[in-house]
Amino acid sequence: MTAETLDTPAVAVPTATPPHPLREFWGYFSANHGAVAGLMVIVGVVLVAIFADVIAPHSPYLTDTTVALKPPFWQTGGTLTYPLGTDPIGRDILSRLIYGSRLSLMIGIAVVSISIIIGTVLGLVAGFVRGIVEIFIMRLMDIILTLPSLLLAIVIVAVLGPGLMNSMLAVALVILPHYVRLARAAVITETSKDYVTAARVSGAGPIRLMFKEVLPNCTAPLIVQASLGISTAILDAAALGFLGLGAQPPSPEWGTMLADAREFVLRAWWVVTFPGLAILITVLAFNLLGDGLRDALDPKLKR
Amino acid sequence: MALLEIENLSVEFPTQGGIMRAVDGVSLTLEKGEVLGVVGESGSGKSVTMLALMGLVPFPGRVTADKLSFNGRDLLTISDKERRKLTGKDVAMIFQEPTTSLNPCFTIGFQLTETLRLHEGMDRKTARRRAIELLEQVGIPSPEGRLSSFPHQMSGGMNQRVMIAMAIACNPKLLIADEPTTALDVTIQAQILDLLVTLQKERNMALVMITHDMGVIAETAKRIMVMYAGQVMEERAADDLFRSPQHPYTAALLAALPEHSHDGRLATIPGVVPGLYDRPRGCLFSPRCAYATEHSREVRPELRSWAGGQIRCHYPLGDPTREARLNADRPVPAKEIAS
Amino acid sequence: MLRFILTRVSLVIPTFLGITMLAFFLIRLVPGDPIETLAGERGIDPQRLEQLRIEFGFDKPIIVQYGIYLARVLQGDLGKSMITQESVLTEFTALFPATIELAFCAIIFALALGLPAGMLAAIKRNSIFDHGVMGVSLAGYSMPIFWWGLILILLFSVQFDLTPVSGRIDVLYYIEPTTGFLLIDTLLSDEEGAFWSAVRHLILPTIVLGTVPLAVIARMTRSAMLEVLGEDYIRTAKAKGLSQFRIIALHALRNALIPVVTVIGLQVGVLFTGAILTETIFSWPGVGKWLIDAIFRRDYPVLQGGALLLGVVVMAVNLLVDLTYGLINPRIRHNR
Repeated sequence: MTAETLDTPAVAVPTATPPHPLREFWGYFSANHGAVAGLMVIVGVVLVAIFADVIAPHSPYLTDTTVALKPPFWQTGGTLTYPLGTDPIGRDILSRLIYGSRLSLMIGIAVVSISIIIGTVLGLVAGFVRGIVEIFIMRLMDIILTLPSLLLAIVIVAVLGPGLMNSMLAVALVILPHYVRLARAAVITETSKDYVTAARVSGAGPIRLMFKEVLPNCTAPLIVQASLGISTAILDAAALGFLGLGAQPPSPEWGTMLADAREFVLRAWWVVTFPGLAILITVLAFNLLGDGLRDALDPKLKR
Repeated sequence: MALLEIENLSVEFPTQGGIMRAVDGVSLTLEKGEVLGVVGESGSGKSVTMLALMGLVPFPGRVTADKLSFNGRDLLTISDKERRKLTGKDVAMIFQEPTTSLNPCFTIGFQLTETLRLHEGMDRKTARRRAIELLEQVGIPSPEGRLSSFPHQMSGGMNQRVMIAMAIACNPKLLIADEPTTALDVTIQAQILDLLVTLQKERNMALVMITHDMGVIAETAKRIMVMYAGQVMEERAADDLFRSPQHPYTAALLAALPEHSHDGRLATIPGVVPGLYDRPRGCLFSPRCAYATEHSREVRPELRSWAGGQIRCHYPLGDPTREARLNADRPVPAKEIAS
Repeated sequence: MLRFILTRVSLVIPTFLGITMLAFFLIRLVPGDPIETLAGERGIDPQRLEQLRIEFGFDKPIIVQYGIYLARVLQGDLGKSMITQESVLTEFTALFPATIELAFCAIIFALALGLPAGMLAAIKRNSIFDHGVMGVSLAGYSMPIFWWGLILILLFSVQFDLTPVSGRIDVLYYIEPTTGFLLIDTLLSDEEGAFWSAVRHLILPTIVLGTVPLAVIARMTRSAMLEVLGEDYIRTAKAKGLSQFRIIALHALRNALIPVVTVIGLQVGVLFTGAILTETIFSWPGVGKWLIDAIFRRDYPVLQGGALLLGVVVMAVNLLVDLTYGLINPRIRHNR
């Protein structure tokens, strides 16, 4: 070896090759500690939700007024039987939180699925058909976006009647415009590209174009938006629950639990602290994951 | 004393895949009033070299050098404050994209007088008068009205003239023009080049013209430095270099000029500048070099003095011992080079 | 410039029509007869029902009904509350200052902390401060603010007894509403200590309502700043030898503010959403709490009219932001 090679000590090994795209994605994603932490929390919440029956020490609905408002185990008066204490009618808070994770995940996933399916279809239609249909769809979405999201959801639930299903529908409608816009933008940018023209010239019909050429190319932003959408859905559904418009008692939905606990805030800190913490941690995890996915998938942000 | 002295300047950027060396051991001296052309393909490190001189290497780049001095001042140890007194006053720079290089939120007048008020301490009125003079000098019609224009209201050529006016506002000793004509229409290109040359002669300032186009500097530069993949390949007097290029890369660049084309076919250099992942162990140009040998692929040549200039090549074209050494080092068969 | 304003204003008209349509049709989605819905649960005699039916134009085709509704809305007639028999518009205007006061304080709070935090994070990119700001702001962005309010009450009101739990002012003060903004009214009145009481009542709601906008503004300012700092004209500014402070505070900030102002505009919608929750937690007598109360009282005219008015306010603020955007960004101003 001569002095010349010493000259460039830190340069990558000359034989190094560019990494595989998936590996590169994982490289970017795993370098983002927040995103990995978010993913781990989500996996944890999913496991808790799946094995709720096994993990939960008590039934989430079992009331026992003899043990009402027991503090968490580390405070005087608390016992390990009710690790996070009990609520005003003696239900075990930990068990309710564990079962609540099922509801929150279900809400998040169901709401986003509905929104993605309807939104993508509307967006694809708007992008492909153009003209009056497009104007109508996009204007409607603009209006939905203009209105404060929770206000619109509240009005819809107020009209349809309170309940878990109605609140999920309302939230799905509120987050719908994001997916419509995304899908339409993808159609418009992709259809102007050469490979789509090529596919069209070679006789591919619009349906085939949609599913074979356009959709695969907007999956990355859709995945990112879905992850962020789940956090919005969980948060908004919990807010509706808190206002008494979402899931109804005795459902262990986290927002509804907070609504029940509100009047006890001055007497028993634990009944309000834990459900909210559960919401915060879950929502934060999905936001972290969404951010991480976006940074890893969006080549523009790569340095 | 030389105006500018650079010795063994390197600029590195840490990336996900390792450290990217954008500039690799560049050395250069420049006299007062001298015109230097820096030539190379995109990504050859010519702009970054000059940005390093200006202290403008973007985050997270790292600059190292054995010597970096301008007008007797050591730029490696200078304080930020002292350096700011130099940049924009004694060393000025204009860039490739005139329109994005001007701040879209401020008027031409504001951006022009800002420099004057900072470095020359002029008051608003004097600065304004001087700004009008400067716009006149760079050939902008009805300069007074232009002061209140925004960059997006003017053409690229006009914006480049404004950039030049801004750069020469404080009579710099050195002006660096980074591909000043690349983004402009062909007809405007010649005007801007003429303007730069005229201003250089009038004010006897040193001019560094960065370009990827040999044709652009053929008539302007007295001396030419050819860069490739962050390294200086060859550096010598312009007429000398054009008459008898010493580096195979320079020769290939010259052969690629339209006026050198034979029977209407344009010569090209096969391959691309090496990136982070395919940096050769030996001479960086060896994968594309028609004369590459086992030796040149294994051992990277040093930058050395040669024929009144500098060269980084084992087998300079004007070397009398070249043929013998090439044969001794067993050139690789031609068909392998093509791949 | 005038043309720019006119086009922007004209673009709002379809949105306005859309909002009125939503308000109009939503009430018809309520199961049951709309008149009975509007009349409430206490029942109504058939003769009065018929009279109302004609009065509201329910015997006419739906499009005509919408026309009648729109005409009434444009005249400021949004119906009467079924509970108080007070005009919806009157109730709204009486309560709206409380919401504005809260929202205004919240956005000032968010800007005062968010702008500098975002700028500093961008300048000191990848520093501990940057990571801290980003982490905290992501948490703020994920915050269920209805819970956040309860936690702050738990901490500041229960634990430290620093701030009041609910309302706008101590009950021992009676302030004649002149402007409706208590901070101003208390200063105008000669009640001693009333102003500080109002301020102390504002602190927690302001923090709760300002948390999400604060997080969004900090993140947005940071990313806008980072983007701008990489622009060619910043390199030019550096090449001119300008000081770091001047480059950031003048050349970069001016450009970075353009997307930030847009975001602040979008935050107005978030603010009203948040106001509904914040007002409910702190029993703040604003339009948010009024709307929620209306839902539980099944006071549909208030719900319909109040939602419409809030929608229009948000729309108007968005328009205002759009126009401001034109003012600070010369490219927009000249191109339209």
